[in-house]
Amino acid sequence: MTTAALTKKDILVESLSQLDFSNEPTFAQELRSKAKEALNHLDFPTSKTEYWKYTRLGKIINKTYFVQNKNAVPQIDVTSFTIPNLDSNIVVLVNGYYSDELLRIAPQSGVTIKSLKNAIQQPDSFVSNKLGKIAKAEKEIFIALNTVSFTDGVAINIDKNVACEKPIHVINVVTEKNLIANTRVLVQAKDNASVKIIESFVNLGGAESFTNSVAEFFLSVNAQVEYNKLQNKEGESYQISTEQVYQEANSHFTINTITLDGTLVRNNLNIDVDAEGCETNLNSIYLGKESNHIDNHTIVDHLKPNCNSNEVYKGILDDNSVGVFNGKVFVRPDAQKTNAFQQNNNILLTDNAVINSKPELEIYADDVKCSHGSTTGQLDEEAIFYLQARGISKKSAINLMISAFIKDALETITIEALKNYIDTKIETRFTK
Amino acid sequence: MLKIKNLHASIEDKEILRGINLEVKAGEVHAIMGPNGSGKSTLSAVLAGREEYEVTEGSVDFDGNDLLDLSPEDRAREGVFLAFQYPIEIPGVSNVNFLKTAINEKRAYHGEEAIAAKDFLALVKEKSALVELDPKLASRSVNEGFSGGEKKRNEIFQMAMLEPKLSILDETDSGLDIDALRIVAKGVNTLKSPKNATIVITHYQRLLDYIVPDFVHVLYNGRIVKTGGKELALELEEKGYDWIKSENVEL
Ligand SMILES: Nc1ncnc2c1ncn2[C@@H]1O[C@H](COP(=O)(O)OP(=O)(O)OP(=O)(O)O)[C@@H](O)[C@H]1O
Ligand SMILES: [Mg+2]
Repeated sequence: MTTAALTKKDILVESLSQLDFSNEPTFAQELRSKAKEALNHLDFPTSKTEYWKYTRLGKIINKTYFVQNKNAVPQIDVTSFTIPNLDSNIVVLVNGYYSDELLRIAPQSGVTIKSLKNAIQQPDSFVSNKLGKIAKAEKEIFIALNTVSFTDGVAINIDKNVACEKPIHVINVVTEKNLIANTRVLVQAKDNASVKIIESFVNLGGAESFTNSVAEFFLSVNAQVEYNKLQNKEGESYQISTEQVYQEANSHFTINTITLDGTLVRNNLNIDVDAEGCETNLNSIYLGKESNHIDNHTIVDHLKPNCNSNEVYKGILDDNSVGVFNGKVFVRPDAQKTNAFQQNNNILLTDNAVINSKPELEIYADDVKCSHGSTTGQLDEEAIFYLQARGISKKSAINLMISAFIKDALETITIEALKNYIDTKIETRFTK
Repeated sequence: MLKIKNLHASIEDKEILRGINLEVKAGEVHAIMGPNGSGKSTLSAVLAGREEYEVTEGSVDFDGNDLLDLSPEDRAREGVFLAFQYPIEIPGVSNVNFLKTAINEKRAYHGEEAIAAKDFLALVKEKSALVELDPKLASRSVNEGFSGGEKKRNEIFQMAMLEPKLSILDETDSGLDIDALRIVAKGVNTLKSPKNATIVITHYQRLLDYIVPDFVHVLYNGRIVKTGGKELALELEEKGYDWIKSENVEL
């Protein structure tokens, strides 16, 4: 008998093999087996893969992980991850599982917030129609990996004409060292529905853990969804996350990606604007320190006329940290009267910090307004001195300049308490 | 208040200040004049604490403190104010916001409580009226898109807000129209008291008609080569600097 050497993919898949999904209904089993099939054909990207050109995955894929194979949520205190002065529905995912104990939801008619695992079991649920419909396993190895092995997640449905009153705060926490967590969020906002969501990715002793998350968003006519993604996994930690968005007519989708920490973070954001009158906002602030590597890849695909998209990504890179920005905007031949703006601005705080920035516009329509730009610079020393000369300490001066720099990237966060929380986080970071 | 003794300073190994001696007492107004490139702005930058300039010799005493030993912010908190010859634009940082931070950091330094929001707003109103600064400018980003004259007026507005002991005005008159000149001078004169002092750096006698100096110094080649009363400014206006240069050929 010959034994072929195990590839890194085999090792990772092997570590997930003890997960048992045999009691899931047929649609889910089919989805998983199709993803498994896809996974057989996909491989981890290398430096030759254009889409991953600036991000080496060694740190993630050369490790062995273990997976928690049942919902054994430890008693933990998540209060340090809640947003002060915010009245929200709180859902906690611990090590990949939805915690019934830590749940805090105010029931509202027309609003469904559920464990994805439980929702899958219910035949009438919207989940069977939507799950995996836009986050396609065959497109990306990490989507495939997630689809094969996601343990749980959150399913959110907002009925027609319903505005979800309280923001939904999903706290996605890892408590175990070397754990891999594949989590999944599915959001459907029906006609005229609206919802604001926060998802925090955090650690509570989960050093060297790897979170591979996928979120799918379906916006029907006139729906409004704001998704705020807070990445703050302290210490050595890895995260790859994919958001896949589908917008119908006159819908508004906003995603704010706030990356405060993480050894290796990769965000894949794909938005298909497939109807007229849509608004899309993609904003981000990413702060790199030590040898953090933060990579943002975004795609906005304008397929239909009369839509606006606006993208503002702002990075502040300290120490030896590396930032990657690749933003693509497609304006297809049908998408006349598109307004698409994209900008990426970076401040390098040291000579060793690096940014690879590549904004890209591909326009196939002629009556459009589009622009993109990228800047990289240092903090203006003369301005810092000017502020110091008025009695402001150097640290406060730097802080004032940094908050001025990031201000417009925070404008699309409409949850005031969240905005204050992020402001404070950033301020304490630079006053240290 | 301020005692500068034998001050030498260089930048990139080029000596710019070559032994400055100057004493400024409370209640006094000193004017410093001198040809372009003689070191006037360098002197003010060294006093304000710009790190690019290396002090190679000499001392500066400010009310009993070794000024050169203090960080730029501590100098400001001790009461030194520099109105920049070329005020910096700082996009995104609002004028009033940063002034509030400045006032509160100064207060904290002196062990005082932060200013109440209401008192701060009243102060902004009072001081912007004093220098006739459009209140809209007060709330805009620091100097961003300000005209040359507006920037200068904003410097005096900041001075009025911070109530320094020693103000150094580096060519605050350049770029001001006649009315603005009068307004800025009025601002300076209103803030004048027996407890504070002013150093005005200027090329023009005209400003000194409004802000009347007790002493006029001529800075040439990094040294003060002549000191006189206000009539010295008139003499310079009339005769230029050549006669001083020829008196100081050995420099
Ligand atoms: N950063 C610098 N690097 C090199 N030389 C400098 C620097 N800053 C000033 N200098 C030089 O120092 C000398 C004095 O400059 P300073 O700005 O102090 O003159 P000033 O008297 O204020 O002139 P002005 O009347 O034109 O404002 C000049 O020769 C100038 O070129
Ligand atoms: Mg000058």
